[in-house]
Amino acid sequence: MSRMFASVFAIFWKDVLSEIRTKEIVTAVLVFALLVLVIFNFAFDAASGTTARIAPGILWVAFTFAGILGLNRVFAVEKENSSLAGLRLCPVDRMVIFWGKLAGSFTFMLVIAAVITPIFLVLFNLPLFLPRLALIIVLATLGFTSVGTLFSALAMNIRARDIMLPILFLPLVVPVIIGAVETTTCVLAGGPWSDMLTWLEIMIAFDIIYLVVATLMFEFVIEE
Amino acid sequence: MNETGAGSGAWAIEVEGLGKSFGNHRALTGICLKVGRGEHVTVFGPNGAGKTTLIKVLSTLMKPSAGTVRLDGSDINKAPTEVRRKIGLVAHQTFLYDDLTVYENLKFYGKMYDVPNLEEQIHDVVRWVRLEARLHDRVGTLSRGMQQRISIARAVIHNPSIVLLDEPEVGLDPHAIVMVREVLDSLSAGERTVVMTTHNLEQGIEMSDRVVILDKGRIVYQEHKDRIDIATFRETYDRYTESTK
Repeated sequence: MSRMFASVFAIFWKDVLSEIRTKEIVTAVLVFALLVLVIFNFAFDAASGTTARIAPGILWVAFTFAGILGLNRVFAVEKENSSLAGLRLCPVDRMVIFWGKLAGSFTFMLVIAAVITPIFLVLFNLPLFLPRLALIIVLATLGFTSVGTLFSALAMNIRARDIMLPILFLPLVVPVIIGAVETTTCVLAGGPWSDMLTWLEIMIAFDIIYLVVATLMFEFVIEE
Repeated sequence: MNETGAGSGAWAIEVEGLGKSFGNHRALTGICLKVGRGEHVTVFGPNGAGKTTLIKVLSTLMKPSAGTVRLDGSDINKAPTEVRRKIGLVAHQTFLYDDLTVYENLKFYGKMYDVPNLEEQIHDVVRWVRLEARLHDRVGTLSRGMQQRISIARAVIHNPSIVLLDEPEVGLDPHAIVMVREVLDSLSAGERTVVMTTHNLEQGIEMSDRVVILDKGRIVYQEHKDRIDIATFRETYDRYTESTK
């Protein structure tokens, strides 16, 4: 078991090192997400009473579309020099490769969320200290990146992958995104835990389903 | 034979009735090949003969459509992870990460193979390919020839008993070919079993104990090096691969 975790960490750390050097994923996704937030901030008057109703949708639209940009790059690094073949040659279960790549994309997306969320809260005149929002972001990111990592591997060898990834991926993550929007609405309105419990349970259930199914499917996705 | 498909045999590689199809196209048909431990076999063949497919199947990157393949007694279908521990693959792609240094690349693969005394092993293999001075340089800054030497170091970081080489000199300039050839010569000097595909007839024969010609997915010729007249081998090769031209 410790050997499995060591291999997962080796893949994760390799991706982190690569990202620190190139800043390909974080920079592009961050700039895109910030642009979306700024455009929406101009489009809707932050001072009006509708902010609390529309702000959750804006946050998750920015996060989802920016995230797709990042997911497109998750396996791009494995395409250069056919490094995926090098990974497939390693004496580890295919599941290890998936979990290593997932750990990387999950971390990158959390870093992006950690930067854009405070900016979003400031732009829309919302309270800055919202610990429940952090939980929602972690749950949504986990579901988002579980399916996203699988589909990124699937789209790697598709010629029009930039177009195909969102088309294949978005319908599947809709339950998690809806859950994130509903729970964020509750948090921004200052509602109690009980109001968001059902949506949190739905998000947790989908996270588990996505994780298990994506782990099982990954082997078939990367085989030649 | 145990439940993982491992058997004890004198052969490092045993291929029986191997077939590989892509839809209606048969890339490999009825391949039978046995390679002894420490033996060096070179596979020749025109483009599209099935050389790369054969290497991909032997290295577990591709599943065979028919037949059985055993490496050091382990069946590639029943115990692929076990097989992967025993093999190293060098192809024309390096499988390296351009943004990581030579050291980081080798450390990454060493960890994936759970190599004991990894630091020592990294320094040993880098010294062997004569690139100690570039250990902390990013792979993307190295020449193609240097990258290929690092790729060879990557392939043997876990000290595999079988090394598969798929046209390792493709895309290299003459100077880089000489450097890579020196490394490959020392690779086959030990106990390792080596299977190499190449278009370079002279070098292939020079480095091998036995040569095989593959044409249209079938083995059409195989002979021990001692029984081959290097001067006339070009004619032999042309005769056996005539149908492809």
